[in-house]
This record gives sequence, structure tokens and C-alpha cells, in this order.
Amino acid sequence: MSARLRPVLLFGAVALLYLATAYVYGWNLTLAIVNMGLIGAIMALGVNMQWGYAGLFNIGIMGFVALGGLAAVLISIPPVPEAWAAGGMGVVLGLLIGAATIAGAVLLWKKLPPGKLRGLIIVIFLVAGFWLYGKIFSPAVSAVEAVNPAGTGFLGGLGLPVLFAWPAGGLLAAGAAWIIGKTALGLRSDYLAIATLGISEIIIAILKNEDWLNRGVKNVIGIPRPWPVPYEVQLQQDQGFLAWAADWGASAATASSIIVKLSYAGLFLMVLLILITLVELSWRSPWGRMMRAIRDNEVSAAAMGKDVTRRHLQIFVLGSAVVGVAGAMMTTLDGQLTPGSYQPLRFTFLIWVMVIVGGSGNNWGSLLGGMLIWWLWIMVEPMGLWLMQLITSGMAEGYWLKKHLIESAAHMRMLTMGVILLLVLRFSPRGLLPEK
Amino acid sequence: MDILNAIVALLNFVVIPGAAYGAQLALGALGVTLVYGILRFSNFAHGDTMAFGTAATILVTWGLTALGITFGPLPTALLALPFGIAATIALLLGTDRLVYRFYRRVKAAPVIFVMVSMGIMFVMNGLNRFIIGVGDINFVDGERFLITARGFREATGLAEPLALRMTQVITLVTAAIAVALLFWFLNRTRTGKSMRAFSDNEDLALLSGINPDHVVRVTWMIVAALATTAGVLYGLDKSFKAFTYFQLLLPIFASAVVGGLGNPLGAIAGGFVIAFSEVTVTYAWKKVATYVLPESLAPEGLMQLMGTDYKFAVSFAILVVVLLIKPTGIFKGKSV
Repeated sequence: MSARLRPVLLFGAVALLYLATAYVYGWNLTLAIVNMGLIGAIMALGVNMQWGYAGLFNIGIMGFVALGGLAAVLISIPPVPEAWAAGGMGVVLGLLIGAATIAGAVLLWKKLPPGKLRGLIIVIFLVAGFWLYGKIFSPAVSAVEAVNPAGTGFLGGLGLPVLFAWPAGGLLAAGAAWIIGKTALGLRSDYLAIATLGISEIIIAILKNEDWLNRGVKNVIGIPRPWPVPYEVQLQQDQGFLAWAADWGASAATASSIIVKLSYAGLFLMVLLILITLVELSWRSPWGRMMRAIRDNEVSAAAMGKDVTRRHLQIFVLGSAVVGVAGAMMTTLDGQLTPGSYQPLRFTFLIWVMVIVGGSGNNWGSLLGGMLIWWLWIMVEPMGLWLMQLITSGMAEGYWLKKHLIESAAHMRMLTMGVILLLVLRFSPRGLLPEK
Repeated sequence: MDILNAIVALLNFVVIPGAAYGAQLALGALGVTLVYGILRFSNFAHGDTMAFGTAATILVTWGLTALGITFGPLPTALLALPFGIAATIALLLGTDRLVYRFYRRVKAAPVIFVMVSMGIMFVMNGLNRFIIGVGDINFVDGERFLITARGFREATGLAEPLALRMTQVITLVTAAIAVALLFWFLNRTRTGKSMRAFSDNEDLALLSGINPDHVVRVTWMIVAALATTAGVLYGLDKSFKAFTYFQLLLPIFASAVVGGLGNPLGAIAGGFVIAFSEVTVTYAWKKVATYVLPESLAPEGLMQLMGTDYKFAVSFAILVVVLLIKPTGIFKGKSV
């Protein structure tokens, strides 16, 4: 297979998969898979920048996705004036004091001469700072959370159009990535992995427990839709639309739902294409050549005067920002932020399977991997069930093994994904679309 | 009397649970650190290995209780433990043969090993769900308490109760036996010595005629035994849920790194450091403080530094501080 024909054939094959799905299950479901596949592809693109271009092993993707989701809430939900009046300033002041305490401790560590005295001073400073933080922060938080806890109980957001949340999500994720990169980059590669794993768990814990910020596990619902995407109800009241849908022979409910999904797909595709173009352009620039040189031989790149750790930090922050954008897009698509639904296997490791299967170091590979793996993730369950029914068809009704096997079909996903990852790593480590 | 009450409260809520949790983490971290020392990668499948061993043990436990065999006052799971270990050994040796061996042959970079272990983690996770499901399983039986809260209060006349659960004692005793056996093996036997030599300097070890395949095989067997024991003890003490075991990865890695990756002694110390930090930071100190401090200084709040939901943050914070200040860990571990 020639290098030029290969991508065409592979993308064609994936498109066929989606067409077949549409034929069996209808366009409504297929478009839902397409939308999530596109978001997965953007996340894979961000991870690919870190792994394929710099060899950085980030397994905290879930945390950056969740930060993007938080941005969607903070930007688009209208503020809650009563809560701000009750304790908004206290919360802000408390957070500032907390941040100042940490920054001060870092500063003291750097400025004071090493020794026991330095440790003692820093400990006293930290204890005093956090005591003050608790004194101001805790009552303010209780006040905010007491304001209509069933309906709001949080500070709300800025009330801006949700499209602003997408870049904002990228910024939030980039900030978190900068802090992690600052500490863990430059150490052995496993340490970055462990540190990112940790920070993602902590971000989820914060989102689950800080009710004043995003209502915690009470979830924020009703995030408004981005600009061109209509609401189904509006469409169904529109006479022109109804006539048009009738023309196509579709029910108003299905047609409106498809239109909404198509608008989302258009938006997502636009973001994806812009990002891929930017990444491809930078990759061909001198900066891209430098990054490749660093990846292929860190020692010689350092000898040529390149600051390896700084460049790693740069690309780690950029890649995480892309993941954050995708996280904000996903929360926008869902219309709600549900911290309880973030699972590392789904949001971290699945994205990794997409990157590896698609081809690390190839941006189009990320798109291919995202679309293919997300389709598999959804479709493995019905296929597994079908397989189990085939296997157990010879067994007597009510036999324990039959029951067990059919019930476990739901767990086929993990197994399949793991096997796919292992097979690709073993037999085709460069993925379906290898780097050029 | 107040001082005694404070000590008892401290024992009951901090020292005993912290020690039991620390022993469990130490056993887990020992497995991670051994894989790191001999095979030279961070094994992300370790949490799911623990879950697999525990699941196998639970199945055998159910089988034994169905046959009417129990272990008297002790949990039946201890009788089933050797079977669980055997199953896990078979699984790990099979994985090594099918997957890891190839990458050793081609001398793949450590980060590739880590990624492969991620694939294994997926497969094991699916396997566990397949075998035993995702629910919460409580498989402890036999005596529940060695010292009950009520009995202690009546015997001593103190206001504070002290409860010592059977599982906590078993955890500490089993962990001590496992660690003693491990160190005896590493320091006294020929295979153990060759393992340490292999860990220190692979080329030199190969030159002196040490069979690398044998060393790797024995390592996996020990790791299987440690992981299963850690998993079963944790499951007895709390309960078994496959997902919780996956989440244990973070504190376990933190323990291994804090102690110094590749250093068994460090893994044990790290386990206790992490466990006690978690427990002390998330414990509400109000009760102890009211006993110790004079009335005028009595605290108003709970005196809890952090909610229990943030216990990950504790392991993480310690991990970050160690990475920044002393990346090789408390006991000197392997390369940075």
C-alpha cells in the first residue's frame, strides 16, 4: 500500500463503518457517535502533541478535560448575585491568601540560606497563612452554599456566551499543566506520569466537593448552547422547518435532533481543522524542527544550546490546553457538568488508545484514531452481547454460566481496548498512520 | 485521666487504622518497587494485579465456605490466600511470557514498558469485571473484634472507647511475616542475592553468569504474592471493589517514590509515611485537643485540616515535595 493511498483507504473504511451504523441504527445515533468521536479526536490531538512530538507521558488527561468542563460552567452560567453578596468577596480573598501563602513559601525557600532555620521559618509561615485562609475562607463558603442550596448554592459564572468557554477551558488546563510541568518535567519520565495521574484525581475531587464553585455532585445543568446551534423545541415550532422535515419524510422530533447534532458536528469539525492546521504549520516551522531534534536526541539538542526542559514545558502546556478546549466542548455538548461521571479509564486511557492506534506523531492519525476507537467503544457492547448470545445459544435457559456470560458482555469494552492497545504496540508500534 | 483518654482516642482513630493502612500500602509499594528495580519500569497494572489476586481469593473463599470449611475465629480468606497467590503467579508469568518478554528482547525504552503495562491494566481490569463484577464485596468472616469498644470501656473505665478489629491485627501480623520472608529471601538465598545483583548492575550480573530469565520469573512470582497479600488484606480491612484498587495506585506509587524507587526498605517506610500523613491530615483533631488543652483554649471547629475526600491530595502533595527536594527518596533509590 503506497503512503499516499493508505490514509485515503483508512479514512474511507472508518467512514464506511459510520455509514453502516447509520444504516442499522439511524442517523440520530450515528451523529451522536460522530460528535463524541470528534471531541475524542481533539483530545487525542493534544495528547499527540505531548507524546508524539516530545515523548512526554501524560496520564492525567481526565483532569484537563474536567478543567475545560469547569470553564464552561464558569463562563456561561449567569452569576448568582445573592451568593456573591453573602460571601463572594470572602471566597475570593481566602483563595488569594491561600495562593499568596504558597507563593510566599516558595519564595522563602529560594531566598533564605539552606539550613534548619529555613525549614522552621517556612513551616511557621505556612501554618500562619493557612490558619488565616481557613478563618476567612470557611465562613464565606458556608454562606455561599447556604443560598438556595437546592437551586444554586454556588457563585455562578460570568454569564457570557458559551463559545468563550472553549478558549477559557484551554487557559485553565494550560495553567494547571504549567504547575505540574514546573515540578515534574526534567525528572525521569515515569515521574511525570505519576504526577499527572495524581493531579487529575485531585481535580476531580475538587470538582466533586467544592460546592461553592460548581455545586459539586449536585451537578450544574442547563449550560446554554453555543451560538449557531438551535434548540429542538424552537425548531419544532418553526413552520418552515416542519414543512421541510415533512418533505424529507422524517418526524419533526428526529429531524430537529439531527439538525442540532449536525450543527454541533460542524462547529467541532471547524475547531478540529483549525487546530490541525495550526499544529501542522508549526510542525514545519523551525520551531517544529527543533522539537523533533529534541525528541530524537535530547543530549545533542542540549549541546546545541536548546533548553530541553523549557521546550518540554512549552509543549506540555500547549497540548494540555488543546485537551482543555476539548473538555469545554464536551461539557457544552452535554449541556451539563457532572463531576461524578469522570472516570480515568474513559477519559485518560481511552484517549491514549486513540493516539497509539491512530499513529503517534501524526495529527491525522489522531483524527482517525479518535473516530475509530470511539466508534468501537460504543459498538463493542452490542457486539459483545451478540457474541455472548451466540456462544451461549447452546446452553440451557437459566444455566448460571449463561446468565453470567450475558451479564458480563457489558465489560467487554475494557478487554477489547486493552487487547487492541497491546496488539498495536506489539505488531504495529507506529500506528495505523505512521509519522512521515 | 484526660491524657489517657486523649491517648486512647489517638490510638483508636489514628495510630491503629494508620498502621494497618500503612502495612497494606507498604506491601503494595514493595511490589511496585521490585518491578522497578529488576524490570526497570513503573508498573501501572499493579492496582489491577492486586484486584485480580483478591478476586481469585474471594472466589476460593466462597468455595471453601460452601464446603463448610472455615478458619475458626480467623477469616477464611487467609486459607484461600495461597490459592489466590497461585492464580496471580500464573497470570503474571503468562503476561510476561506473552507480552513483556518481547519488549525485553528488543530492549524497548522504559516509557514503552509503562505504556504496555497500561494495556495490561486495561485487560486485567476487564478480566476482573468479567470474573467478579464491579460491585462492593465484603468477604470477611470469623471474629470481628479482638477488643470491642464496649468491653474496653467497661474494663478500663475510660470515657474513650478503643476497638481493635481482627482484620487490623491480621494485617499487621501478615505484613510483618511477608516482609520478614522477603528480606530473608533477598539477603540469604542464592536467587535473592542474584536478584539484588541484577538490580544493582545488570551487565555485571549477566557477566557473572546470572540467568536473567530466572531472575525475572522469580521477581514476578514474588510480586504476585505481595500484590495478592496486599489486596486481600486491604479487602478484609475495608471491602473489595475493583475500582478502589485502581485508585490505590496513586498512594502506592507515592509510597514507593517517597521511600526511593527500587529500594525495598524505602517502600516499607514510604508506605507508613503516606498512610500516617493521610490519616493525620484528614482526622478531626477536636476530640484529642479538648482532652489535652485547657478549657480556655478549647477548639471551636473540628480541627480537620482537610476533608477525607482529599486524601489523594495528601499523597500527591508529599510526592511533589519529595520530587522537588529529594527526587531519589528518603532511602536512596535508583536513578533520578
